[in-house]
Amino acid sequence: MARYMLLQKYEGGAGCDIPMYEWEPQDIGAHIQFQVDLNAELVASGEFVDAQGLAGPDLAKIVTANGVAAPVVTDGPYLEAKEFLAGYRIIDVDSLDRALAIAASASAAPGAKGVPIEQPIEVREIMAAPPSDA
Amino acid sequence: MLGALTRRWGDFAACEDAVQEALFAAVTAWADGVPDDPQAWLTRVAQRRLVDYYRSDLARRRREEQVTRAEPPPSPEVGHSDDTLVLLLLCCHPSLTPASAVALTLRAVGGLTTTEIARAFLVPEKTMAQRISRAKQRLREQDDLFALPPDEALPERLRIVLHVLYLIFNEGYTSTSGDGLHRVELSAEAIRLTRMLAALRPGNAEVSGLLALMLLTDARRPARTGPSGELVPLAEQDRTLWDGDLVAEGAALAAEAMAGHPLGEYALQAAIAAVHDRAPSSAATDWRQVLALYEALERLSGNPVVSLNKAVAVAMVNGPAAALELLAALDSGPLAQSHRLDAVRAHLHEMAGDLSAAAEAYVRAAERTTNLTERDYLTLRAAQARRKFAANFIR
Repeated sequence: MARYMLLQKYEGGAGCDIPMYEWEPQDIGAHIQFQVDLNAELVASGEFVDAQGLAGPDLAKIVTANGVAAPVVTDGPYLEAKEFLAGYRIIDVDSLDRALAIAASASAAPGAKGVPIEQPIEVREIMAAPPSDA
Repeated sequence: MLGALTRRWGDFAACEDAVQEALFAAVTAWADGVPDDPQAWLTRVAQRRLVDYYRSDLARRRREEQVTRAEPPPSPEVGHSDDTLVLLLLCCHPSLTPASAVALTLRAVGGLTTTEIARAFLVPEKTMAQRISRAKQRLREQDDLFALPPDEALPERLRIVLHVLYLIFNEGYTSTSGDGLHRVELSAEAIRLTRMLAALRPGNAEVSGLLALMLLTDARRPARTGPSGELVPLAEQDRTLWDGDLVAEGAALAAEAMAGHPLGEYALQAAIAAVHDRAPSSAATDWRQVLALYEALERLSGNPVVSLNKAVAVAMVNGPAAALELLAALDSGPLAQSHRLDAVRAHLHEMAGDLSAAAEAYVRAAERTTNLTERDYLTLRAAQARRKFAANFIR
C-alpha cells in the first residue's frame, strides 16, 4: 500500500469555469453530495486517510523570513488566486493505477448543469519508508 | 482522592503516578476481600508511594524535611466532591492557555484517555500527550498550586472554569458530521462536567446558566444538520426533532439563572435560547423578548457578536432596514471583514427583498468563512438569491 495526496486548486476544469455561487442551487447540492459520497466510498473501501477543504485564497497569507529581520507577510487578494490549493484528499491504495482512478472520479465531479467539471487533480505519492524487499 | 493528594503534595504528576500504583496494588491486595474503607486504603497506599518517591529523590534531605512538615494530621476524610472541585479549579489555572486547560480538564477531571482527546481534537496522540504534559509542567511551576484560590479570587477562577467547559461544548457542537462522532461526545462530556459542577456549587446562577445554555443548544442538535451533513439554520429546522426533555430542563434552569444577582451573561444567553426553544416556529417566536434580552446582554458583554445577533432580532421586530443600519456601525469595529457580518447582512438584504445585494454579501461571506459546512451553505444561499433575482427580473 502507498499513500497519495490528491490536490485540487481553485482553477476550474474544461467542463466548468464559472464559480460555484453562479450555478443553480440544485447543481450545488449535487456537487456537495458527490463529494460526500466519494469520501464515503473511500472509507468503505478502506482507502480513506484524510480529506480537507482549505479556507479561501483571500484569507491566505504568505510568509518569508531570513530568521533575522521581521518576517514578511503578504496578504490577499492575490492575482494568482486560481493557483492556490482549494483542498486535498489523502488515500492509502494498492497501486498508482488505483490512485489515478480515484483522482479521475474526483475530477469528473458534476458542476454547473450537472456537467462534469474535468478539474485537473494533481496526484503525488507521499514519501514513505522503502519497501521491505528493497 | 487525586485532588486531596495534590493539595497536600503539590506535585501533580507524582500524585497521579502514586494513585495509579495504589490502584494497581489494590487489584492484588483486594483479591482476598475489599477493605471496609477502600478510599482510605487507597489514600494511605498512595501517600506511602509518594513518601517513597520523595525519599529516593536526589534532593532527599529537602524532601524529607517537607515530608515531616507536611505529614497530615489524622483528619476526617475529605469527600470526593471537594477533591473534584479542587481538581477542576486546578485544571483551569489562569497560567494555562485555553487549549491546555481544555485538554487537562478532559484528562484529569473527565477521565478521558489521551487517545480519546487526541481524536476529538483531530491531532496525533503524541501531540496531545505533549500538550497535556506541558500543561502539567506549567502547573508545577506555580507556587499557589495546591491551595484553593483565596475567596476573592474564586469567582474569577470559576469564570475560567465555565469558559473552559463552554469551549469543550462548542468544540463538540460545531463539528461537521464527517468525523462527527468523537466530537459529539465532547458536548456530552461538557454537559456531564457542568452537571457535576452544578451539583458541587448549587445555587450558582452562572453555573446554572451555562448548563441551561448547553442543554437548550444540544436539544436542537438532531435538527441542525441535513441528510448530507449540510447546515440547517434555526428558522428552517424541523422543531419536532428537538429534544423536549432537554428543552424543559434547560428552560427551568434558565429561569433559575435569571433570578440570580447580579445577572450574568450565561443566564441571558440561556434565556434567549429558552425563548427560541419553546417557540413552535420561527414566526411564533417572541422576538420582542429576544430583543430585550439581547439588549441586556449587549450592555453586559463587550462581544460584538452579541450586537450582530441582536441585529437579527431587531430585523424581526422593526424590519430589516433598521437592522442594516445597526450593521453599518459594526463595519468599523473588530467584526469588519468578518464572514459573520456579511452573512447576517446578506440575510437582512434577503429579508428586505434586495436579492442582488444579498447574493453579493453571501459570496463575500462564503469566501471568508473557515468552516466548510458553512461555506457550502452560504454558497447555496448566494445561488438561490441569484436565481430568485433572475426569476423576478424575467417576470
